[in-house]
Amino acid sequence: MNEVYSINGPVIKVKNATDFKIMEKVFVGKEKLLGEVISISDNFTIIQVYESTTGLTPGEEVINTGEPISAVLGPGLMGNIFDGIQRPLQTIYDKSGSFIKPGTNVACLDMKKEWRVEFKVKVGDYIRFGQIFGVVQETSLIEHRLLVPKNVFGEVILIKPNGSYILDDVLIKVRDKNDVVQELTMVQKWPIKEPRPIESRLPLTIPLISGQRVIDTLFPIAKGGSAAVPGGFGTGKTMMQHQFAKWCDADIIVYIGCGERGNEMTQTLEEFSELIDPKSNKPLIERTVLIANTSNMPVAAREASIYTGVTIAEYYRDMGYHVAVMADSTSRWAEALREISGRLEEMPAEEGFPAYLPSRISQFYERAGYVTTLSEKHGSVSIIGAISPQGADFSEPVTQNTKRFVRAFWALDKELAYTRHYAAINWNISYSEYIGDLAKWYNKQIGIEFLEDRQRFITILAEENKLMEIVKLIGKDVLPDDQKLILEIARVIRVGYLQQNAFHKEDTFVSLEKQMKMMKLILYLERVASQVLKEGKAFSLLLNTNMFEKVIKVKYDIPNDNLDLFENYYKLIDEAFSAIK
Amino acid sequence: MNLQYIGLKEINGPLIFLDNVKGIGFEEMVEIRLDDGRIRHGRVVEIQGDLAAILVFEGTRDLSLNNTVIKFKGRPMEIGLSKNVLGRVFNGIGTPIDGLGPVYVDEYFDINGQPLNPVSRVYPKNYINTGISSIDGLTTLIRGQKLPIFSGSGMPHNDLAVQIVKQARLTGKDATNFGIIFAAMGVTNDVANYFRRSFEEAGVLDNVVMFLNLSNDPIIERLLTPRCALSAAEYLAYKHDMHILVVMTDLTAYCEALREFSSSKGEIPGRKGYPGYLYSDLASLLERAGIVKNAKGSVTQIPILSMPNDDITHPIPDLTGYITEGQIVLDRDLHQKGIYPPIGVLPSLSRLMKDGIGAGYTRSDHQPLMNQLFASYARVMDARSLASVIGEDELSPVDKNYIEFGKLFEKHFISQGYINRDINETLDLGWKLLSIFSKEELDRTDEKILDEFYDHQQAVIEFDLEHNLLKN
Ligand SMILES: Nc1ncnc2c1ncn2[C@@H]1O[C@H](COP(=O)(O)OP(=O)(O)OP(=O)(O)O)[C@@H](O)[C@H]1O
Ligand SMILES: [Mg+2]
Repeated sequence: MNEVYSINGPVIKVKNATDFKIMEKVFVGKEKLLGEVISISDNFTIIQVYESTTGLTPGEEVINTGEPISAVLGPGLMGNIFDGIQRPLQTIYDKSGSFIKPGTNVACLDMKKEWRVEFKVKVGDYIRFGQIFGVVQETSLIEHRLLVPKNVFGEVILIKPNGSYILDDVLIKVRDKNDVVQELTMVQKWPIKEPRPIESRLPLTIPLISGQRVIDTLFPIAKGGSAAVPGGFGTGKTMMQHQFAKWCDADIIVYIGCGERGNEMTQTLEEFSELIDPKSNKPLIERTVLIANTSNMPVAAREASIYTGVTIAEYYRDMGYHVAVMADSTSRWAEALREISGRLEEMPAEEGFPAYLPSRISQFYERAGYVTTLSEKHGSVSIIGAISPQGADFSEPVTQNTKRFVRAFWALDKELAYTRHYAAINWNISYSEYIGDLAKWYNKQIGIEFLEDRQRFITILAEENKLMEIVKLIGKDVLPDDQKLILEIARVIRVGYLQQNAFHKEDTFVSLEKQMKMMKLILYLERVASQVLKEGKAFSLLLNTNMFEKVIKVKYDIPNDNLDLFENYYKLIDEAFSAIK
Repeated sequence: MNLQYIGLKEINGPLIFLDNVKGIGFEEMVEIRLDDGRIRHGRVVEIQGDLAAILVFEGTRDLSLNNTVIKFKGRPMEIGLSKNVLGRVFNGIGTPIDGLGPVYVDEYFDINGQPLNPVSRVYPKNYINTGISSIDGLTTLIRGQKLPIFSGSGMPHNDLAVQIVKQARLTGKDATNFGIIFAAMGVTNDVANYFRRSFEEAGVLDNVVMFLNLSNDPIIERLLTPRCALSAAEYLAYKHDMHILVVMTDLTAYCEALREFSSSKGEIPGRKGYPGYLYSDLASLLERAGIVKNAKGSVTQIPILSMPNDDITHPIPDLTGYITEGQIVLDRDLHQKGIYPPIGVLPSLSRLMKDGIGAGYTRSDHQPLMNQLFASYARVMDARSLASVIGEDELSPVDKNYIEFGKLFEKHFISQGYINRDINETLDLGWKLLSIFSKEELDRTDEKILDEFYDHQQAVIEFDLEHNLLKN
C-alpha cells in the first residue's frame, strides 16, 4: 500500500513508491481527495491535491488509478456550472448545502437523465475516431453531436433504434479488424492536458464579432485566435469577458472563472439565465458552460480549471461549432503554478514563477485555432485570457510571456478607468495582428470603406496624441484652428465611439453596420468642419453649433433597430454649418 | 484522540518542531502546556513522516526544548458560538476578555470556514444607506459586499468607519436585525477604545461583537483574529438571519503577520517579502462576505488597510483590490485641504452598485448623475494639471468652468463632515452642482434627464456665482 509521508498544503509526498505514473490521477486518504502525480524521483513521488488537505494524516492510503485526470464529455455539459475539476456545483449544493466540503464525490454528468438520440450511422458502416454517430438536442440552442471516441475504428455491428437513453447505455457495437468488439455510449473521457486531435488547421480569416466598437473596429480578434486582456484591478477585465460571453457571435461560450470572485460567477449564472440571445431568442445560458474555481477554493484546482475548460471547448469544436473560451484570470492560474512550484522547492525563474511558465502559457494558447475536424467539419476555439498584473505593471512575467503567444493585446488602463472611460482599452499600446488576415472579410462583408475609415480614426488618434504633448505645456488656445479641430474630432471618437457603456440598453452591443455608420458620420463631420474652416470661419463658431456633442450622443440616440435615423444627422450637420456666417 | 508529547526537537521563530509523532492531521490544533501551567495554542503547518512543524500563535517566548507538554486536539481550530456572543469582547483567538466568563456554546465552527458554493450565493442587490454623499452617490455600498477603505497613516479612516457604522441604515423589508463585528488586528489600545466608545454612543453595543488583537498582543495570533470574527459573522448571518457588518482593521498588520510566519517557515518570498499565496490567503478571508440562499442574513465587510507610503500598487492594497468588489480610497491632498471625508472619488469604485441603484432602489436618475459627475470631475483634473503649467488665468473659459466646478464639488459634495445626508439630498446636490455648466457640456447625459434635473439659474443663485459662467 502507498502511504502519505509528508503534507505541505496541497503538496504531499509518498515515499519509496514505484508504481506511479507522471500526471496520473490518484485518490488521497480516507476522504479520497482527488490528486495528480506531478513528479517522481528515487525516493519520493510528489502529488498535488485538488482539495483541502486539512486533517490529512501521514500513513493514509494513496490509491492510483492508472489514468490521467480527464474531462468527462457528453450531453449535460451545456448550461451547467462545474468547479475546476468538473464537479457539478448544483449537484454538490443539493447534496451538501452552501459550503463545499473536501472529498465530495459526485458524478460529473447526470447519469440518470434520459436523452433522445437520433443515430447518423447504420449497421455495416465503418466508423472511426472523431466521426459523428448520432445527435442529441442538448439544450434548445445546441445540438450535441455524439463523437466516436479515440481508438475506435471498425464496422458497426449493432445499433439501438432512435430513442431515449441514459449516458451509460450501450448504443452501438463496433467490431475492429482484429474482431475485437467495442461498445459506444454517449460519454467519453479525455485527458485535460492533452489537446484533442484535428484534421488540419485553417488560416484565421473571419473575425469574432463582439459588438464592442473598440474591439471590432480597432483591435479585432479572429475566430480561432487568441487575445489577452491585461489590466489592474477594477479596469474592466471581467466586464469585457462578460460582454464577449453575452454578445459575441460564437456558437458556444466556455467561461472559466479561475481564482476570481464567487459573486461574479453567481452573477453570470443569474444574468445568463435571464438574458435572451438576440439571434435565437433563447436564454444565453443554453449556449454556455461555466467553470467556477473561485479564489477561496483550493489552489491546485485552479490550475486544472483552465485545462478542463479548454478541453470542453475542443470537444464542441470537434462537433463543428465555433467556441469562445473566456479565462478570468490566467494570472491566478500562473500563481497556482508558482505556489505549487514553491512548495516543491523548485528553482524559481522570474519573480518566483517557475522556469516552465512560458511553455505552459504557450501550450494553453496553442489550443486555440480554426480547424477542419476529424469529421470534416469546420470549427474553432478562440481564447480570451484576462491577466491581472501585480501593481498594474505590464512588465511582469505573465503579461510579457502571454504577449509572445497571443496576437491581440487589449491593454486596460487605470487612468482611463479612473475617468470612467470604459472600455478602458488604451488605444496607444493595444494592438491586433489579425487585421491583415481579416481585411478580405471586412472588405467583402461590410465594404472597403470600413478599413479606410478605421485607418483615418487611428491617424486622428495618433495626431491627438502628438498635439496633447504641446497642449499639456501651453494650453489649447494657442493652436491653429485646424489642429483644434483634430483635437475636437479625436474627442468625438474617444467619447462618442471608443467609450461604450455596457449598462446602456442600446450601447451594450452594437452591430458592425451601426459601427460603420457611426464612423462615417464622425468622419463626415470632420470633413465638413474642415471645409468650413477653410472658408475662413472661426473654430469657436463651429463649436457653438453643438454638432460635436450631438454626434457624440448618437450611440444613445439612434437605436440599433432604426439606423435610418443616421440620414437626419447629415442634414443637421449641413444645416448647422451652412448657417455659420 | 488526545495524543500527548513531552519536549521539542527544535524552536525557530514562531515555529516549534516535534519528532516521533504519529497519527496527527495536517492543520490540526495543538495545545502547548508550559511547566508553569500557562497554555498556548498552535497549529500543525507541515508534516514530514514523523516530524511535525507547529506554529505557536502566542509566540515561542519562554519555551525550551524540555518545558512543554504538547497535546494534539484531533481537529482544526474551532470557535464556540451562540447568539450570546453579541455584546461580548474576545481576544484575537476568540477567548472572552471582558471578565464576563465563558459564553454558552450552541455550535462549534471551524474558523477557517469552507468555500461557499457559487451556486448557493445570492447576487447582492440591496444597498446600505450610509448617509455619506460620496459613498451613497458614487460608490454605493451593497449588502453582502466587501468594500475596503484604502487609507494611509494619519488619515481619518477610523472616523469614516465609525460614521458608516453609526449612520448605516439598511433598506428594504427585512432591515432590522442588524449586527456589527469588529476585528482589530495590530491597532493600538486607543483605536480599539475609540471604536468601543463610538459603538456605545451609537447605542449599538449590545449588537456588537469585538475581537481584539492589539499592537502589543502576539503577532502570529493576528492570523486567527479575522477568522474568528468571520466565523461569528457567518454564524449570526446564516443561523440567526442577522445582517452583519464586519469592520476589520488593519489588514496591513495581518499581512505582516503572515509574512513573518512565511519567512520563519523558510518559504520562497514573493513581492516585498510577502508569500506567493498572499492573494489566496486574503481571498479566504474576503470571500467570506455575501448572501446565501435559504438564509435571510448577510455578511458585509469593510476592511480597512493602510497603504504603506500611500502606494496603491503595494502588494497589500494591490492584491486586496483584486479580491474585493471595489474600494474606497482616501486622498491625502483632500485631507490636507481639510476636507472630510477625504474620499478620492476617481480611484474609488463600487462594483456591485450598478444593480443596487436606480428606480426601486435609490432613484432612476442615479446612474446618469453618477456617470456625469465622474466625467466632469475627471476633466477638472485635466484642467488643474494644465493650470499648474500655464497658470489658471491662461486657461480657456471652459477649463475655468471646470476649475470652479472642482472647487464647489469638493466643498459641497465630498466635504460633508459628520452630517447624515439623505440619498435624495445627495442626488439633488449632484444635479445642482452639474447645473453650473452649460447643458451641452454634460455630454454623458441624455436630454430627457437633463430636462428634468438641469437648472442653471438655480445653481447660479445657490452657489453665489458672481459671474454667469455660461457667458464667458
Ligand atoms: N464597458 C463598461 N461599461 C460600464 N462600466 C464598466 C465597463 N467596464 C467596466 N466597468 C466598470 O468597472 C468596474 C470594474 O470592472 P471589472 O470588474 O470588470 O474589473 P476587473 O478588471 O475584472 O477587476 P479585477 O481584476 O479586480 O477583477 C465594473 O464594476 C463597472 O462598474
Ligand atoms: Mg475581474
